[in-house]
Amino acid sequence: MSAPAFDNKIIKWIDERLPLFTMLEHSTTSYPTPKNLNYWWNFGSLALFALVIMILTGIFLAMSYTPHVSMAFDSVERIMRDVNYGWLLRYLHMNGASFFFICVYIHIFRGMYYGSYKAPREILWWLGLLILLAMMATAFLGYVLPWGQMSFWGATVITNLFSAVPVVGDFIVTWLWGGFAVDNPTLNRFFSLHYLLPFVIFALVALHLIALHTSKSSNPSGIEIKGPQDTIAFHPYYTIKDLYGVGVFLLVFLGFVFYAPNFFGEPDNYIPANPMVTPTHIVPEWYFLPFYAILRAIPDKLGGVIAMFGAIIVLFALPWLDSSKVKSGRFRPVFKWFFWLFLVDCVVLGWVGGKPAEGHYIPIGQAATAWYFLHLVVVLPLLGRLEKPLALPASISASVLKEKA
Amino acid sequence: MLRTILIPAALAFGLAATPALASGGAPLTKQSWSWDGVFGAYDQAQLKRGFQVFHEVCSNCHGLKLVAYRNLKVIGLSEEEAKAVAGEREVKDGPNDEGEMFNRPGKLSDHYIPPFANDQAARVSNNGALPPDLSLITKARVGGPDYVYSLLMGYADTPEGFTLNDGMNYNKIFAGNQIGMAPPIADDLVTYADGTKASADQIAKDVVSFLNWAAEPEMDARKSMGLKVMLFLLLLTGLFYALKRKIWADVH
Ligand code: HEC
Ligand code: HEM
Repeated sequence: MSAPAFDNKIIKWIDERLPLFTMLEHSTTSYPTPKNLNYWWNFGSLALFALVIMILTGIFLAMSYTPHVSMAFDSVERIMRDVNYGWLLRYLHMNGASFFFICVYIHIFRGMYYGSYKAPREILWWLGLLILLAMMATAFLGYVLPWGQMSFWGATVITNLFSAVPVVGDFIVTWLWGGFAVDNPTLNRFFSLHYLLPFVIFALVALHLIALHTSKSSNPSGIEIKGPQDTIAFHPYYTIKDLYGVGVFLLVFLGFVFYAPNFFGEPDNYIPANPMVTPTHIVPEWYFLPFYAILRAIPDKLGGVIAMFGAIIVLFALPWLDSSKVKSGRFRPVFKWFFWLFLVDCVVLGWVGGKPAEGHYIPIGQAATAWYFLHLVVVLPLLGRLEKPLALPASISASVLKEKA
Repeated sequence: MLRTILIPAALAFGLAATPALASGGAPLTKQSWSWDGVFGAYDQAQLKRGFQVFHEVCSNCHGLKLVAYRNLKVIGLSEEEAKAVAGEREVKDGPNDEGEMFNRPGKLSDHYIPPFANDQAARVSNNGALPPDLSLITKARVGGPDYVYSLLMGYADTPEGFTLNDGMNYNKIFAGNQIGMAPPIADDLVTYADGTKASADQIAKDVVSFLNWAAEPEMDARKSMGLKVMLFLLLLTGLFYALKRKIWADVH
């Protein structure tokens, strides 16, 4: 890592004492990036962009929000009505959460298709999963803050899950609530934690990027970088490509913010929380629905909780469960089909998660849950051993030339 | 070019507008509202008529606590009219210099003063049923304005074999088909100052428009800002794309 030469005297002075500019240069300008990344590789930078939007809008919302059970709902409405551009801040934050999850879910499935989690990127993958877990916690806590009916009942249902833990379950729930029901102490601590966690996510993203820049980006061919002919500098090639991605992202995201801001929301959350009235249908936000379906697929409460958390925990083992030496799904004719089947399975889980647990939804949810785990724990290990991959191109640039021909 | 703006929006509306079935069982009647679509906006005259209906009829039972009297100027009431409306009800204020609480007429800065002192009082006057605050009603029900419109127009004769509880009214839309609110709307229930004929249907549409404004007063500002932002973004994204093509031209 040689330090780049800086012309500017001040920059040079600072850089010799604290190599800020060298670091920036290495990670955002000269960072050697495979030249064949497709648009699925845009979603990492988009996720980061979404995170920044969430933190910025969140900080301004917090300036006008009141975390008290008798004032929270009205304080949010005050933001919507009396704070300058408060409606914009709130709708950006509300829809931003959904779009953050959309980006990250696409980012994860991209990784699954192209085998990005395989050596030497296992720790990069784990950091991603930790980010996902922290995001889920943050989103759950945040959804409680407006103190509508779904806030209250969602918090009640989810915190109650911990009562399934043997022996100390009820103790844990009381401890989480800070009392004997979801109430003001709960709201206060949720606000505190909701403010804290995004910065934890930010730190995890920094580690994620350090790991990325150590192992370098993977690419659609799944072949590692063999020399300078395989790469191009991050700037200007990927800066402009990512900017173009940001433009398209904003068009869709702001389309919802300005024209259908409540599309992802639940009407019930515009009814102030009322512990005496249970909504007919308690559903979490859409991005939790697949996990909610897994939770309800197991008839036993503790079993359901274990399966739900297990659905993410098992992904930590993915680099070893997938036994194939070939990374990219492009060269794995059978895996490819199972990948799409798995994707459909996750969508089915999401769909069932939004339906009442009754009738034929129950067996569908159970089958989809079973397939989720079967795919990861049985199909992937077997496939790597049985499948005959296609011939790999000699290098990244060879694969690019072949595509062009 | 416009299509690219419209697609995400149209997609959203298309998906959002799948015919919602009310839990009462009957399908909602989809109305065409003046604010539908990307270019839709509130109709000031209609909001003013709707306010008249709310004020003369609904506000006898329902609150509207998120709307302040000063907000009424936005829908075309003059300062004097808004003050007069505010002054019709009294609120408790104080303590004064003698340490006493006192009642005073409402002011522009007050929020719409509810008809009942508390939920219990509201229930006692309504046969046990609680008339909800209507500030957010069009956002708080599946189907939104179409739901409220259909509910208001959804009263019908009780079908044979249906047992209606005491003091309840049959309604095709309301969950469980019996509602504690008597049909609040009828032909010529109000006399419109602007000469619009006050059919029950017209009254229902007007009051729902007003309630939608009460729930989403920012909508006009939101949509017009949205249009500018989208046009700008379209240009910017086009530029990024052209630049991307140019910069990448030598990569193979
Ligand atoms: C005489 C009192 C009274 C008047 C006047 C009245 N309502 Fe109601 N309203 C009620 C009561 C009581 C309920 C609760 C019904 C129940 O829960 O069974 C109710 C409920 C409602 C609901 C909620 C339905 C739901 O889905 O929960 C809406 C919307 C509504 N009224 C709109 C109106 C409108 C608009 C007007 C004026 C045109 C109006 N009401 C006038 C008493 C009234
Ligand atoms: C806050 C959320 C996240 C942010 C901001 C983020 C950011 C990024 C960025 C900027 C990149 C480089 C560009 C790219 O390859 O797309 C990247 C790469 C990567 N991320 Fe994330 N990420 C997030 C969450 C996750 C999650 C949840 C996972 C998976 C569990 C994950 C797994 C990966 C992997 C495996 C790579 C390397 C991909 C490759 O080069 O093939 N990330 N991330």
